[in-house]
Amino acid sequence: MKAKLPRHGGPRPGAGRKPGTGLYGEPTRTIRLPEGAVAVVKDFLSAYQARRQLGRALATAEVAYPERDPSPLALPLFSHKVAAGFPSPADDYVEATLDLNAYLVRHQEATFFVRVKGHSMTGAGIFDGDLLVVDRSIEPAAGKIIIAIIDGELTVKRLAFEGGRPVLKPQNPHFKDIILQDAQELLCWGVVTSTIRKFD
Amino acid sequence: MPPVALVDCNNFYASCERVFNPKLEGKPVVVLSNNDGCVVARSNEVKALGIDMCEPWFKIEKVARSHGVVAFSSNYALYGDMSARVMGVLSQFSPHQEIYSIDECFLGLSGFESRDLTAYGQDIRRRVKQWTGIPVSIGIAPTKTLAKLANHVAKRRAGYAGVCNFGQFSTRALDALLDSIDVSEVWGVGRKISQRLESLNIKTVRELKAADTRFVRQQFSVTLERTLAELNGTACIELEEEAPNKHQIISSRSFGKAVETLQDLNEAVSSYTTRAAEKLRAQGSVAGSIGVYILTHPFKPHEPQYQPSLVVPLVKSTDDTRHLVQAALRGLKRIYKTGFKYKKAGIMLMGLEAKDHLPRTLFDDPAAEARSARLMRVMDTINGRMGQDTLQLASSGIEKTWRMQRGAKSPNHTTDWSDIPRVMA
Repeated sequence: MKAKLPRHGGPRPGAGRKPGTGLYGEPTRTIRLPEGAVAVVKDFLSAYQARRQLGRALATAEVAYPERDPSPLALPLFSHKVAAGFPSPADDYVEATLDLNAYLVRHQEATFFVRVKGHSMTGAGIFDGDLLVVDRSIEPAAGKIIIAIIDGELTVKRLAFEGGRPVLKPQNPHFKDIILQDAQELLCWGVVTSTIRKFD
Repeated sequence: MPPVALVDCNNFYASCERVFNPKLEGKPVVVLSNNDGCVVARSNEVKALGIDMCEPWFKIEKVARSHGVVAFSSNYALYGDMSARVMGVLSQFSPHQEIYSIDECFLGLSGFESRDLTAYGQDIRRRVKQWTGIPVSIGIAPTKTLAKLANHVAKRRAGYAGVCNFGQFSTRALDALLDSIDVSEVWGVGRKISQRLESLNIKTVRELKAADTRFVRQQFSVTLERTLAELNGTACIELEEEAPNKHQIISSRSFGKAVETLQDLNEAVSSYTTRAAEKLRAQGSVAGSIGVYILTHPFKPHEPQYQPSLVVPLVKSTDDTRHLVQAALRGLKRIYKTGFKYKKAGIMLMGLEAKDHLPRTLFDDPAAEARSARLMRVMDTINGRMGQDTLQLASSGIEKTWRMQRGAKSPNHTTDWSDIPRVMA
């Protein structure tokens, strides 16, 4: 692995930084400057560098400086307020407030909201216009209310198994069961964990 | 070397569209760039039709439609939300995560060596698919460069079920596999380097892996030498678990139609600056100067061309949308000329520094700064809760006729109450 170097010291081809990889993205060279000009040239270079950063779209950019006669600046004399008075005795007892998200959402990444359209689930307390909380991380099982994919549409029904076949059961006597051929045919999009209804 | 996994979402944007539109399963789906310009994502069915990335949509639309291709405008609100979900699920599988892009992340697997990592990869794949609906492919290997290649194999070759673990291969089997992969697939090997490698008779990954280290450093660069070491199983590129703060923030868009008046450009520049300022505050930085540029349509050479730009330094670094917009508009006024049809505008925040490291000066006005910080916090909170641009500067305009066209954008299924999916009951 360790090859013997051909000689000691001196330049080695390929060593060091490649030209053009420095601050300015192009080869640089050393020049002599009069002391008095150093600050000016440095200023110029930092502006040049900022301009380069803007990339190709800004290749022709120039640098503008702010107005010489800006509007009056009010200088505050005392800007600090001193808090006086007695601190609230309840401060030490404040605990977390109740958060509906924490109550309704168990797996944030897997939780989606969907809106109900139709009346087939009224018996399960799910009405037209309700907002359903759907958790995709829960495995579908008999008795669970699920969102199934039927003919490419999302449908909410209660899942049951009859004679080994999955059945999607509406919870309203006016609607018919959807009987699937086998478990393969059941495409479950997620499991419904709650329904939210606003009364306004 | 502790193994590392690269998890990559399959056809991410197209897959996001499918989650909420199951009818698209098995159908060819493309997602188009801003203003429906060109193809930025393709489902497998579209790849099979031979439609390439970046093809201009107007050229292929007719043929594509005749094959039943369904096209969507890009819906970044949806993709961003789905990406956060995927990354969240992935974080359950390792304490070491580097989010590399919207649809890719590395997971460090040190401490997991005793497990069957291929099976672990399958667990990851299953859970991401079940929880989010997004299919992913996984490559596992001792280095990031190798993990990228393993991912390539998992995604493109049959027989891996979406997970390829190089750790399972014998040296000889791995070399045979690497010999079947083109050198241009190696992470960090761009077109220029791969062409030069090929002229030196290094055509496959295995040939690059076996190349002489010193030769590579002399002929190419230390970067490629590092790649070589990575291919040989020595990790040189570490996991970056904390996303580094950006050094500059760019916000630019092309317009839905050509814009000619200063008023319209003012609105656009004000809007873009607002967006950039939000990002600036989110990372806790302030900007020292702002660049502004406008350009005419470069692909319409018969129209007069003008691409001016200007950098406006700020008296004091700030993260206040009002001050940034003011500076940007002053710059715009200086470069604007009538008589051109502008296609695009953009701004760039530069000289970024951490807000709490900013030195104090004699002319600071702490009371005004505190008011500014409160106002910006209120704006960000309201916009975060009620949606982008609920509260905005009047200079950003109301109708925004210049806004880009996204004719076929899907609803914001996960980020807008009025757009959430409907289920039949």
